[in-house]
Amino acid sequence: MRKVLFPLSLLLAAGVTGAFLLLPLVAIFTRVPFSTLLDQLGSGVVTDALIVSLKTTAIAQAAIILFGTPTAYLLATRRFPGHALAVTLVELPLVLPPAVAGIGLLAAFGRVGLLGSTLTFFGVQIPFTQTAVVLAVAFVASPLYVRQAIASFETVDQNLVDASRTLGAGPARTFWRIALPLASGGLAAGAALAFARGLGEFGATIMFAGSFRGVTQTLPLAIYAEFENEFDVALAIGGLLVVVSAALLVLLKIGLGWTSSRSTSPFLFARTRSS
Amino acid sequence: MDKLAVDITVPLRSYTLELGLTLDSATVAIVGPSGAGKSTVLRAIAGLVRPSAGTIALGEDVWFSKERKIDRPPEERSVGYVFQEYALFPHMSVRRNVSYGGAERVDELLERLHIDGLAHAKPGALSGGERQRVALARALARDPRVLLLDEPLSALDAHTKASVRGELRELLGELRLPSLLVTHDFEDAAVLAQLVGVIVDGRLVQVDTPQALVAAPASPFVASLTGANLLEGNARAQGDLVEIVLDDGTTLYSTAKGTGRVGVVVYPWEITLSQEAPADSALNHVQGAITSLVTVDNRVRVQVGSLTAETSKESAERLHLREGGRAVASFKATATRLLPLS
Repeated sequence: MRKVLFPLSLLLAAGVTGAFLLLPLVAIFTRVPFSTLLDQLGSGVVTDALIVSLKTTAIAQAAIILFGTPTAYLLATRRFPGHALAVTLVELPLVLPPAVAGIGLLAAFGRVGLLGSTLTFFGVQIPFTQTAVVLAVAFVASPLYVRQAIASFETVDQNLVDASRTLGAGPARTFWRIALPLASGGLAAGAALAFARGLGEFGATIMFAGSFRGVTQTLPLAIYAEFENEFDVALAIGGLLVVVSAALLVLLKIGLGWTSSRSTSPFLFARTRSS
Repeated sequence: MDKLAVDITVPLRSYTLELGLTLDSATVAIVGPSGAGKSTVLRAIAGLVRPSAGTIALGEDVWFSKERKIDRPPEERSVGYVFQEYALFPHMSVRRNVSYGGAERVDELLERLHIDGLAHAKPGALSGGERQRVALARALARDPRVLLLDEPLSALDAHTKASVRGELRELLGELRLPSLLVTHDFEDAAVLAQLVGVIVDGRLVQVDTPQALVAAPASPFVASLTGANLLEGNARAQGDLVEIVLDDGTTLYSTAKGTGRVGVVVYPWEITLSQEAPADSALNHVQGAITSLVTVDNRVRVQVGSLTAETSKESAERLHLREGGRAVASFKATATRLLPLS
């Protein structure tokens, strides 16, 4: 009896976990017939939200990669006073409640915010525009890419970098031809994680950008707006996001390689080398 | 051919590397235990480690000078660097690895190092010996004026090592570049280099030809490091044995296998000394002048002709061994090993 108790309890716990995680997903697809779900996707609210989501997430993603990659390379390859602090800073949005991110962005870019008067002077208004959605998404999603990128650049063999230099390649050529290709798997995984996080962004966006259909209403905001209005539409958007997220997870796993057990859970924080 | 002049100080964790060295168109080996700062010497020359003081110059071309505040980056120093584990770029084919440093000589180098058949293979698919040749070809593609080799044979298994060592020796001879190699293996150094420097705790304790190091080690450490005699000659089968005619005309016999150009290895303590050739089971008797006598602890290293023998102090006194005198060095054919040199 004792012998089976332990494996039995493992199985039981796993069963509860699996059922709990699966139930809401199953519910989305069984509550309404599949054909109805597909029909709802054609409704104006959904297409508007889909366009806003894809556009803002894509722009935010481009900005994250453009600025995050050099930042990560710098943090992975150079040691300077305050290095650990800098790494912590880029990781901070990861643990920050999205509502705090939203209020912070408002305090920085809002009309009465830190940069408010400057922006007003130039006739730029950011809060409650599509730009605000992009900023909110970029703020919240960037750490997922940057810390994965730091870890990926750190695993590039220093001897290969040295070899490249002795073969006549400067730091820039070494970055493009050696470090970047060798880190690319990890970078793609980080990008997929950040994209998934950006697509699901809710808290910071609703505070900083509001929820205006066709302008700032992303898919998660549309779910929130529609669930009192038309529950079926909310469900349809939910189903769509489940499919997209699952596809991203698969891409992520391919990026990191199927073999290692850490592939689904990259380091929560980038390592800081002690030596 | 420009000379490479190195005179550097590099502080390391537990000691300071201080080293002065001049290299012309020959191969110099730095031998020492691991952690003696060998690789740091190469890294400093290549510009991967910054010395705290000193100069590094190739001819008139100053690569590093603390005083003149010159520190050229690695890509502006004309070195060919062969890394210990070869550091081949895993995401590039052999051909692209080699062309990374310079595209003009790729075909010639692939052919010369017999890797033209592997041009499209990735490094992961290569054997140790093949990787070493790719690493050499890549280092040479840049047309370097100095060649640096970090433990070029240590990543190879014993079987591959002997043949690769012969090839490497031949290549280094043809290149006639100032070449600096570091190794922990004196035998490798003796085969590959004309001059060997022994480094201990960041300092060169003795620099000389391999033969002279074996014959007259400056310290017990050098004595234990150098170990064997290495005599060069041409081998051919003679009945059950192999007959080796050394470059000075002496004939030796070995039970080891080998033909062509070989190095005969015999340890000093396998050699017995006497005044006249004894009638014993030893097949090899070499008569010669005693050119040096060096006492290391309670032993005496005696150089007879091109051979170094080791004997106890008592025996040396009993035989009245003295510099300028003559002696016969005897050793058995079974005490020899043969290293292919080509």
